Amino acid sequence: MRRDRWWVQPALIVAALTVFGIYSIVRAILSKYYAITAGGAHLQSPFFSPDLPGIFSFKTGLPWAFLVLWAPLGMRSTCYYYRKSYYRSFFLAPPSCAVAGAARRRYTGETKLPLVLNNLHRFFFYLAVLVVAFLWYDAIRGFFYHGSFGIGLGNAIMLINVLCLSAFTFGCNSWRHIIGGKLNCFSCSSAARTRHGLWQKFSILNGHHQFWAWISMFTVGLTDLYIWLASSGVFTDPHHVF
Amino acid sequence: MAIEHHDYDVLVLGSGGSGLRAAIAAAEAGAKTGLVCKSLLGKAHTVMAEGGLAASLGNVDPRDGWETHFQDTMFGGKYLNNWRMAELHAKEAPDRARELEHWGAVFDRTPDRRMSQRAFGGHTYKRLVHIGDRTGLEMIRTLQDKTVHSAVDVFMETTITRLIKDGERVVGCFGYRRPTGEQITFSAKALVLATGGSGRIYKITSNSQDCTGDGYALAYEAGAEMVDMEFVQFHPTGMVYPPGVAGLLVTEAVRGEGGILRNALGERFMEKYDPKRMELSTRDVVARSIYTEVKEGRGTPHGGAYLDVSHLDSDYVRRKLPSMYDQFLELAGVDITKEPMQVGPTCHYFMGGIKVDADTGATRVPGLFATGEASGGMNGANRLGGNSLGDLLVFGRRAGLGAAEAAGKAGSVSLPADELAAAQAEVDTFLNGSGTENPFQMHKELQTIMGDGVGIFRDREGLSEAIGKLEGLQSRVGNLRAPSNRLDYNPGWQLCREVRNMLTVSLMISRAALMREESRGGHSRLDFTAYSDYWSENNIVTHMHSDGEMVLTPTPVITRDELGALVEARKEAEKAS
Amino acid sequence: MSETLTAGGTRKLQIWRGDLTSGELVDYELETEPGMVVLDAVLEIQRSQAPDLAVRWNCKAAKCGSCSAEVNGRPRLMCKTRLDHLPADQPITVEPLRAFPLIRDLVTDVSWNYEVNKKIPPFTPREDLPEGDFLIDQADTDRMSEFRKCIECFMCQDVCHILRDHRLHDRYYGPRFMVRMASLDMHPLDGLDRIDQIADDGGIGLCNITKCCTEVCPEGIHITDNAIIPLKERVVDARYDPLLKILGRNRRRPGKKKPAV
Repeated sequence: MRRDRWWVQPALIVAALTVFGIYSIVRAILSKYYAITAGGAHLQSPFFSPDLPGIFSFKTGLPWAFLVLWAPLGMRSTCYYYRKSYYRSFFLAPPSCAVAGAARRRYTGETKLPLVLNNLHRFFFYLAVLVVAFLWYDAIRGFFYHGSFGIGLGNAIMLINVLCLSAFTFGCNSWRHIIGGKLNCFSCSSAARTRHGLWQKFSILNGHHQFWAWISMFTVGLTDLYIWLASSGVFTDPHHVF
Repeated sequence: MAIEHHDYDVLVLGSGGSGLRAAIAAAEAGAKTGLVCKSLLGKAHTVMAEGGLAASLGNVDPRDGWETHFQDTMFGGKYLNNWRMAELHAKEAPDRARELEHWGAVFDRTPDRRMSQRAFGGHTYKRLVHIGDRTGLEMIRTLQDKTVHSAVDVFMETTITRLIKDGERVVGCFGYRRPTGEQITFSAKALVLATGGSGRIYKITSNSQDCTGDGYALAYEAGAEMVDMEFVQFHPTGMVYPPGVAGLLVTEAVRGEGGILRNALGERFMEKYDPKRMELSTRDVVARSIYTEVKEGRGTPHGGAYLDVSHLDSDYVRRKLPSMYDQFLELAGVDITKEPMQVGPTCHYFMGGIKVDADTGATRVPGLFATGEASGGMNGANRLGGNSLGDLLVFGRRAGLGAAEAAGKAGSVSLPADELAAAQAEVDTFLNGSGTENPFQMHKELQTIMGDGVGIFRDREGLSEAIGKLEGLQSRVGNLRAPSNRLDYNPGWQLCREVRNMLTVSLMISRAALMREESRGGHSRLDFTAYSDYWSENNIVTHMHSDGEMVLTPTPVITRDELGALVEARKEAEKAS
Repeated sequence: MSETLTAGGTRKLQIWRGDLTSGELVDYELETEPGMVVLDAVLEIQRSQAPDLAVRWNCKAAKCGSCSAEVNGRPRLMCKTRLDHLPADQPITVEPLRAFPLIRDLVTDVSWNYEVNKKIPPFTPREDLPEGDFLIDQADTDRMSEFRKCIECFMCQDVCHILRDHRLHDRYYGPRFMVRMASLDMHPLDGLDRIDQIADDGGIGLCNITKCCTEVCPEGIHITDNAIIPLKERVVDARYDPLLKILGRNRRRPGKKKPAV
């Protein structure tokens, strides 16, 4: 019998994921204050990127952010790290090592619907790469005010956020497999040797996948919160245009 | 109640490297083969081997060849080796290494993608095929998988307490299954002993608890001859503190990577003993040097020498010696990248063993074969690091083939009822007899006697005293009884027979050590510090006389005319340097 | 020597005693020595207080993987667990592994693992290999080598909830043998397509990558990240990825043949 406080970690994870989930839903429903545009700036919240109404020039009162959010949400909910944490914390399967989990009539793991769909993680990775590309575009655009280069707190935060999101996205286990892990021989062709080199580098990132998963979740939430507050007039985004 | 019984052509006792290799060979030769081991499969002491497997592949240094390997082995063994064994080993080790790879073993590579080889004490060229610091584990796992996919029946956690003879011939054995205590008998047309060494006769040892010399004692009692029992290898660097881990091996690679030995005064004392090779001198020399420093009052607080790698880059140490870093941090609370280790000699390997025919592993008892550390002769007075793993493969295979061939020629065998009854009576006495001797206690006494009198340095007085005490124990050994009389998983019961075996082995070692009045390899006499011409040409062969007495006979070394030139050339070269 | 070594003292151990029918934690007290590990304590109790205490051990150097037990509720090698690294204010509990049938006291019947191992075809060289020595790169060796560090202590099997709680021994090979399958499937010269065995008989889909196997591995093998997840991805290639299926590349495994059943 474990007598240490094994339940602390799953409890914290439940709390953090629940808070983040509620925040995301509230924000998506709100669908307002998602860009700082004062003074020629264009700082787009990552929850609302790509900016569908902007790109396709339509106006809507509906919570359109859901059209965007499913992709990163899918990436995270099929991610091997997040699977570990929600299986443990929410499904109690098991809640902690050597601790008996919730009683189940029949355990089927990831062999039946819906959990078998987790095997399609790589497709959410492809989509997440697309989203990260938009976020890079947003981050770079954020440094320009009416075409002039400028630095501010907002665009710095956006840059940090997209760096963290990239570190998370490219630490993906599926990506690590595709780039080189699937090879049985790392040395049998020059292409294989190149892929082995890349595999080694992405393996380092993958080794910290859990770390980047949490960090990037916080940065994306805080970036959105910052833009929400600044664009709704709670404070002004400090910046300097050169 | 009927006893569980099995019939085999070839039965192998022991599931270390040599036992597994023998079983594979016997099965491939078409013999119906069984394998019996005291523990679980894959737990044998072979897993502890770290350095590598010596084989003159010439992948790293093309100058290497079997002749040089043969010469190195002979020189390392101080020319007391069985020449034919050293020859076969040197010639066949490369094929055995390649074969292992074809069975799925994974070894470190050269830049041109072949098996890499590393340098090791006493080997002229880079010769040891290896994988990190766990070559023995790789070998045992490969052989284990090969075995379970061969036609070999495996009996795990089964203790054999007696070989059963029909007249002059070994026809089977008797024992019990450890989890239940149920008795079991085997009849076998040929039986291979691959039971390893007997390090547990010393308190300070790198050996597993299974290393209790069972094969030595079983063979001796069955009438086989033993050779070179006085030669025990003490590894120079074992842990000395904390007490629970004293003896735990500190790999030679620590010195290979640049570790420095110092005494309590901070002196690099190897300058005194071997200024040429310093820390990388042969194991016998380094072990004696550390021992001498401690004996003369320059030891560390816990009675060892300092072994220091803290001058090396700490990342390098962690990368090259990961298991040593973990071992000291976890068990001793020492960060070896910052502080020196404390180390001292620990009993490591038995050069001696059952005397066998080099080509077939046959003992002088019909139907009985031996291989690996259980057999003697290959390593002479001192074993080179890396030669044991090769030994296991080369002679394991040969013993398996030899046994299969002998089994093919033998008629059917059956176990004589009176022999069986005697074997049953023995284990029953250990369990339900009227004895009062506690096996745990007697084991402790035995270890103390051996450590005090038959350690690294020996002299007539100490040896005589030890022999006297061992004879005292022998008079009590019939009185052993397990503290508990339950059948299932009873450690005391197991130890009763093991203590008896260890006592027999201890007597062989001490008596042979007393007889050999010289210092050579793993045998150092304070009262005879030099080589003797007479002993340079003689092994000591031990056997049991028909009256039960132990008889020791100096016997000329087994030479081979066609190898004479190689041996002479090496002797000349050594003299010249 | 280091300051971290506390000098002895009396410690209380609670050791599980009993067999399949009944059993309980029994209290023992002993005088400890500095640096003592749990196995030392158990053997000392066996020597002086409980001579019939059943315990399996061998090398006492963390290399053979025999002395696995649950110390304070966590799978540990007894020979590698220092008493003074465990909370001093409570007794130390020592219990047998739970995923396997009990024999007695701390000894369990792990033979199921050996049965599983028998079902896995050994390394089988590809048929298209040239004559002569094997040519393998250090890069491939390094990847396989991690898996081959396994000492078969079976603690990953013990902590795996599929075996431990759900008792699905007939449907999942367990982490140990996923590691073994990985070392074979990633061998550059292995000629067997092992995907079907990994997915079907091996039951990799049951693993929900909760990583307890990795947490308890005494050899530090990244069981989940380097063995199980890569194998899952290989199964995705062969079975789930619709894109690869459309392109007809889902079964492309050069040099690998399906094993004869």
